Amino acid sequence: MRLRSFVAAVAATALGVSLAACGGSDSGSDGGTGGDQTLTYWASNQGTSLDNDKQVLTPVLEQFTKDTGIKVNLEVIGWNDLQTRIQTAITSGQAPDVVNIGNTWAASLQATGAFLPFDNDALTAIGGKDKFVPTALATGGKAGEDITSVPLYGLAYGLYYNKAMFAAAKVEPPKTWEEMVTAAQKLTNPAKNQWGMALAAGSYTENVHFAFINGAQNKSEWFGADGKPTFTSDGNVQGVLRYLDLMQKDKVANPSNAQYDNGTKSVNDFATKKVAMVINQNNADSSIVANGMKAGEYGVVPFPAPAGGEQVASHVAGINLSVFKNTKHKDAALKFVKYMTDATTQTTLGKPFSSLPVLKDAKPVFTTDAAEAAIFSDIYNTKSKPLPLVPAEDQFESTVGKAMNGLFAKIATGGTVSADEVKAALQTAQDQVAASS
Amino acid sequence: MVETKGFKAYRAVVLIVLGLFVTIPLYVMVTSSLKPLKDVQGAFTWWPTNLTIAPFIDMWKTVPLARYFVNSTIVSVVATLFSVALAILAAFAVSRFKFRGRTVFTTTVLSTQMFPGVLFLLPLFLIFVNINNQFGVQLVGTRLGLIITYLTFSLPFSIWMLAGYFDSIPRELDEAALVDGCGPMGALWRVVLPAARPGVIAVAIYSFMTAWGEVLFASVMTTEANRTLSVGLRQYSTQTNIYWNQIMAAALIVSIPVVIGFLLAQRHFVAGVTAGAVK
Amino acid sequence: MSVATHEATPAATKPPARKSKPGIEHRPGLRRWLPYALVAPAVLMELVIHILPMLVGIWMSFVKLTKFFIANWSAAPSAGINNYKVALDFDNAVGEGLLKSFGVTVVFSLVTVALSWVLGMAAAVALQPAFKGRAIVRTLFLVPYALPAYAGILTWNFMLQRDTGAVNHVLTQLHLGDGKPFWLIGSNALISLITVATWKLWTFAFLTLMAGLTSIPRDLYEAASVDGAGNLRQWRNITLPSLRPVNLVLVLVLFLWTFSDFNTPYVLFGTAQPPAGDLIAFHIYNASFLTWNFGSGAAMSVLLLIFLMIVTGIYLIVTGRKSRRG
Repeated sequence: MRLRSFVAAVAATALGVSLAACGGSDSGSDGGTGGDQTLTYWASNQGTSLDNDKQVLTPVLEQFTKDTGIKVNLEVIGWNDLQTRIQTAITSGQAPDVVNIGNTWAASLQATGAFLPFDNDALTAIGGKDKFVPTALATGGKAGEDITSVPLYGLAYGLYYNKAMFAAAKVEPPKTWEEMVTAAQKLTNPAKNQWGMALAAGSYTENVHFAFINGAQNKSEWFGADGKPTFTSDGNVQGVLRYLDLMQKDKVANPSNAQYDNGTKSVNDFATKKVAMVINQNNADSSIVANGMKAGEYGVVPFPAPAGGEQVASHVAGINLSVFKNTKHKDAALKFVKYMTDATTQTTLGKPFSSLPVLKDAKPVFTTDAAEAAIFSDIYNTKSKPLPLVPAEDQFESTVGKAMNGLFAKIATGGTVSADEVKAALQTAQDQVAASS
Repeated sequence: MVETKGFKAYRAVVLIVLGLFVTIPLYVMVTSSLKPLKDVQGAFTWWPTNLTIAPFIDMWKTVPLARYFVNSTIVSVVATLFSVALAILAAFAVSRFKFRGRTVFTTTVLSTQMFPGVLFLLPLFLIFVNINNQFGVQLVGTRLGLIITYLTFSLPFSIWMLAGYFDSIPRELDEAALVDGCGPMGALWRVVLPAARPGVIAVAIYSFMTAWGEVLFASVMTTEANRTLSVGLRQYSTQTNIYWNQIMAAALIVSIPVVIGFLLAQRHFVAGVTAGAVK
Repeated sequence: MSVATHEATPAATKPPARKSKPGIEHRPGLRRWLPYALVAPAVLMELVIHILPMLVGIWMSFVKLTKFFIANWSAAPSAGINNYKVALDFDNAVGEGLLKSFGVTVVFSLVTVALSWVLGMAAAVALQPAFKGRAIVRTLFLVPYALPAYAGILTWNFMLQRDTGAVNHVLTQLHLGDGKPFWLIGSNALISLITVATWKLWTFAFLTLMAGLTSIPRDLYEAASVDGAGNLRQWRNITLPSLRPVNLVLVLVLFLWTFSDFNTPYVLFGTAQPPAGDLIAFHIYNASFLTWNFGSGAAMSVLLLIFLMIVTGIYLIVTGRKSRRG
């Protein structure tokens, strides 16, 4: 009887029988014994809703089952919950076999030791490392160690602009930061609630990306070669300030943006033609269209660097695929990774998820606009820099991102932020990282 | 109490102020649920210019709301039944018996109310996983796991509150029951419980709401199979859009049965008044 | 459990101080095991879900449980009291953050409890005498409590948006204040947090106090009226003292809930919580899950627990003493 065994379980636990077995103890490595195998796969939310993801993935997974006889038990998890779910899975050892991760977490998750390193054998099993775009593969983990994740969906930032608004104001798509600001100022008219740009200034994950990109444009690093944070370097401070100044000094962004806590809100402003420009990753396409803008009404250029700056337009964004080390179906899991990253699957999923292919020589299919596809491919392949591949990357995201949230909030509520204040805020962030590493 | 003019004026003020405080968000919820997505994203209007019931149809597709609703209902109802039953027994012991360890018990129960959820979230998850490994009882990702978690969440306060209610019931009543030939459990069932009915119902409502609205543990302990509404409603805010109108529509739909439950429970409050008057 | 192993006290050795009337506990043969049997199920559940995990949590606070060790807890090195040292070093970024969060939480908790109690009492008293439509009003007042926590808070989040929210719309219509204030960032965030928490909690106070009011015999009021006592005096002399046991529980519980409130800031602010809305439970959650430092997070939780226990202890001693005097 279920209840009785439950009571017995409770009683025995109360007596402290089982705590000794903490941690991921039963790491069965009987990898792939054939027969009836079922993989558990946690997918992240890439489409318009969790249900939409499920609809997109189900036929793809069915095809995999047909090909290999391996069943896949899919669960799509929203971004709100994904990190916590992965953490508890790592902690308890009760984990899925394969999981999607935000690629910026790769080095941090690698440090937990809970994921299967893709050594040469494993890489061969999934089709060889040469099939991937090198910069994309580099996001898989710390340099110099076997990576613990491989790229699945590629994403890159681009500067979206409204063609009609640009034509009406007689401005050209910007090639430098300065041109971008000038154009934005021309397109800003606060009295009519018309703004040059929308920023997701209340989203710490978005903010930290721009801290990184603007710092990188200033040729500045966020972590030294020794893995220690160097947040307060001059290039980083100036880079952050430059981005903040879009709202503070240039006044081309609505102060309300300070409470835009995810990219969706700024994209909506663009799609509903309240703003002329928005910087977003290429999966904004589906949102823009879903919110009423037609494909030909907007154009994309690389997010520009200031004159003389380093041409970094994006970090290497996207989703990676990891295998939990304690999987009981290692071979099946690798087969699955191979399947998800092969050319056919990439093409099938590229359109509904608006992703860039992570494979060399693959053509982007997320848009029918050839120019847009070419620009994003170029950004992803040549103008992107990976976020710091250090274990403390997750702390970099939360501390620096939240510091920027605070600075934006201060600007929006009428305060001013000087370079010294940026530096002080980054110093606090750096101290937090130092204290907890 | 005499209804003087002053009291009537006081009542009017209280009703208007609190009425507005309570109603405005509800009004916003209802009207927003009847607006197209474009309108809820634009400037606020008191009256929906383009009335639509589409959110009430779309919300079932965006998120598997029906499944979450069933999960929430089962988890909350079962957790409430057990929580109230356990609380009644324990509160009766605390209120009517002097036993060694009573103070230890009440103090411990009280102090568990102070445990910050974040402190034992991860350990509890681990213990559940271990129970699974040792005994094969799956607690993570099942309704059972949520039920036993939630029933203990409301237990400390329920015991405490019920013991207070039981204390307020004169012991002469139990004694009368004992004289009538009832055992102590008979006295509990026939005398104490009926007299404490408002308290029991209040505790049941509290237990139910605790389970119904819990977010933190649900976000870690649930998977697709046993996901509850508190986590499920969040999924209307997706990668591409925040479906405010559907959130409001879903919130409205999931609230209606609970509000009806309250209406039914109110009758018992009235019964409680009569019980108080009889003594 | 030590409780279960003790022999029940024989009736003869009971302290004579408390003059108790004969009751159930004097029935021979029952007092020995019955109370233990009655509390046993509750004890068992508390042990598994609260006590045991808490002990594990306390252990966690003494180890270096960072992302490098969470996959294999047994390998986590001892941190000694280092986690506590860091949390309490207020010159350091982590300790300073905790202290600020603590300050915000104190203000939030005190104001929310006070408001909720006052509103709940005001409404309970207003609804005490029957009148036409009372049932409807009572139901309406309970709706915020009946809503799933998440739904209510999200509605508020929607209303508190700067450009599209109902709150700023009302303020503009009434020509109050200048411009459109922010409610979810900056210093106003605390006001929003208190409003939202009160919106939900006052109805709980109302529910509890209303149930308490029903147990006050009507003849007490009638007798007082005959003696010429006005409504205010009746409230002070009859209602308030009669509700004393309910109030003692209510205020303490409201305090404990608000002080470790997680839902409200989590749902209201999401991942973008402003410093002015950084309640301590959410702060600790971030310290644990965002920075993957579960040892440090556990240490902060234990400190919070100790604080709550001290406050509760003082509260109980003070109120207990007052009861005895009264």
